[in-house]
Amino acid sequence: MYRYDHYDQAMVEARVAEFRDQTRRRLEGKLTEEQFKPLRLMNGLYLQLHAYMLRVAIPYGTLSSRQLEMLATIADKYDRGYGHFTTRQNIQFNWIRLEDAPDALADLATVEMHAIQTSGNCIRNISCDHFAGAAADEIADPRPYAELLRQWSSFHPEFSYLPRKFKIAVIASERDRAAMRLHDIGIRLVTRGGALGAQFYVGGGMGRTPMIAPLIRDFVPIDQFITYAEAVLRVYNRYGRRDNKYKARIKILVHELGAEAFRREVEAEFAHLIEVGVEPPRAELERIKAHFADPPFAEGPTTIDAGDPAFARWVERNTHAHRHPAYVSAIISLKPAGDIPGDASAAQMRLVAELARQYSFDEVRVMHTQNLLLPHVAKADLPALWQALARAGLASANIDTIEDIIACPGLDYCSLANARSIPLAQRLSERFAASGRSAVLGELKLKISGCINACGHHHAGHIGILGVDKKGRENYQLSLGGSEAEDVSLARITGPGFDEDGVIAAVEKATEVYLAERKEGERFLDTYRRIGMEPFKEAIYGG
Amino acid sequence: MRIITGNDLRTGAVVWWTGSGWSRFVDDAIDAGDAAEEIMAREEAARRVNVPYVCEASRDAQGHVRPAHIKDRVRALGPTVRRDLAVPTAARTGWDWVI
Repeated sequence: MYRYDHYDQAMVEARVAEFRDQTRRRLEGKLTEEQFKPLRLMNGLYLQLHAYMLRVAIPYGTLSSRQLEMLATIADKYDRGYGHFTTRQNIQFNWIRLEDAPDALADLATVEMHAIQTSGNCIRNISCDHFAGAAADEIADPRPYAELLRQWSSFHPEFSYLPRKFKIAVIASERDRAAMRLHDIGIRLVTRGGALGAQFYVGGGMGRTPMIAPLIRDFVPIDQFITYAEAVLRVYNRYGRRDNKYKARIKILVHELGAEAFRREVEAEFAHLIEVGVEPPRAELERIKAHFADPPFAEGPTTIDAGDPAFARWVERNTHAHRHPAYVSAIISLKPAGDIPGDASAAQMRLVAELARQYSFDEVRVMHTQNLLLPHVAKADLPALWQALARAGLASANIDTIEDIIACPGLDYCSLANARSIPLAQRLSERFAASGRSAVLGELKLKISGCINACGHHHAGHIGILGVDKKGRENYQLSLGGSEAEDVSLARITGPGFDEDGVIAAVEKATEVYLAERKEGERFLDTYRRIGMEPFKEAIYGG
Repeated sequence: MRIITGNDLRTGAVVWWTGSGWSRFVDDAIDAGDAAEEIMAREEAARRVNVPYVCEASRDAQGHVRPAHIKDRVRALGPTVRRDLAVPTAARTGWDWVI
């Protein structure tokens, strides 16, 4: 894992001191809320529905046990004993007091963490394939490149006041496990003629105008990829709209200019920047890479003795192939049936931290699907890990099933939301778990957003649900056919919306159509793509 | 009735204007009528409340003050999915009240 050097640490500590002073001035009345709001947002402190909410950055979703334990401490000391893992691999605390916020940030700084750039019109936390450094199918470890992007984008003076927020994801395999093409910039590491480079997809995103990022450059040599990112940001900063926040994201610029014209602008800027020489020295990348050396993997059994049927189910659903044959990556579902997606208590965080220390070289990942992951678990240790998780109620074998629902905080917490997301997720996961149908349905990604901002990724759900306000009442639009994986697509709305009971019934009907129509080996998404929307509409709306 | 709500500056807690101060409990809210804007300006300037705003509400037969919009009803009681964290009066009001 990357460890701060004295520059990183000094920057974070200076920011804590600065924010402590700003908070004092606000509490003493020397700053108005209008003056203070942008300052607190720069430090991840929102004012939400019930209280201040602190969003803490987890760079590319990677945590040490010590850092996860500190998050548990923050939950107990300053919040109400829990946190919420988000779809951008961060964590949010829902009940932070303004007067405590500087102390919380100071505590985070002791473990090399902060909340900088988790809000505002700047480059946000860099996200990444959660299996980075472990996946059997990656061509390189994307984390050093994500870390270099983090360092480049942190406090970048030119990109602190962009037209809108800006999100970057990095992957390094054909499989897309980071919703890469639904980011402002999606980078896929590739090789050409034996050389490592970066594919740049630019202008994707969800929100009110969902778009899939087009390919802007098929190969940027790896020792120029920061320069290319800078060129993209410069073009966006120059031409992105600032007159209308709903048209200010880079996806609108790419769409309005057209991908070709946008590419020409970027290429011209890139050529200029190559002359200027903005790429970090190669030595810096090498310094960063050294932090991501393999842990000391040990030889061991390469098969798993899965005699217990419950253990076998968990292994099948919750583990992922590792590039070392004696290891797997093990996913800890934060979606027990009927529970709140992505929430973890302080006690659960401490347990996972301890298990990571014991079984995964002291490392935990946060997945954009709001689950946790131990990246490097010896196959020989899996039964013991599973038993420890089962004792704590954390062994739900439901990854990528209809129970593994992404849901934003919705109207239960969020001041932007129009409808509640969590109760719907709870009822759906409970219903499909109780009926035993989720196992029969196989991979079925259901995603729920409580408003058009789409934090719950509903556009990319095999089944997506969007909560809207219909004359003061919660109403839910159903959509089908989305994907945020390598077969990326945007979901289409089925038709008129429903109340809560109605949308649950509609989801059931959609799954019944799938079960009746599917061919051997087809997922829900495959069947939908083959037979189209009509059979689903007929079932849902009665023809 | 026009009631005023906002957040406590120091803690962020949801509060309601009672006519003489701020309460955690929506049932304590009073009709601020045409004085709402003046009250909000004064209270915000004195840092007794943060980002106040007016919302429409009614008082029901049981005497409960019920904001017109669901968002303000959720604010009044707390997250419907964490009833253990609700304001103390939530049990008396009942969660059906929110929806």
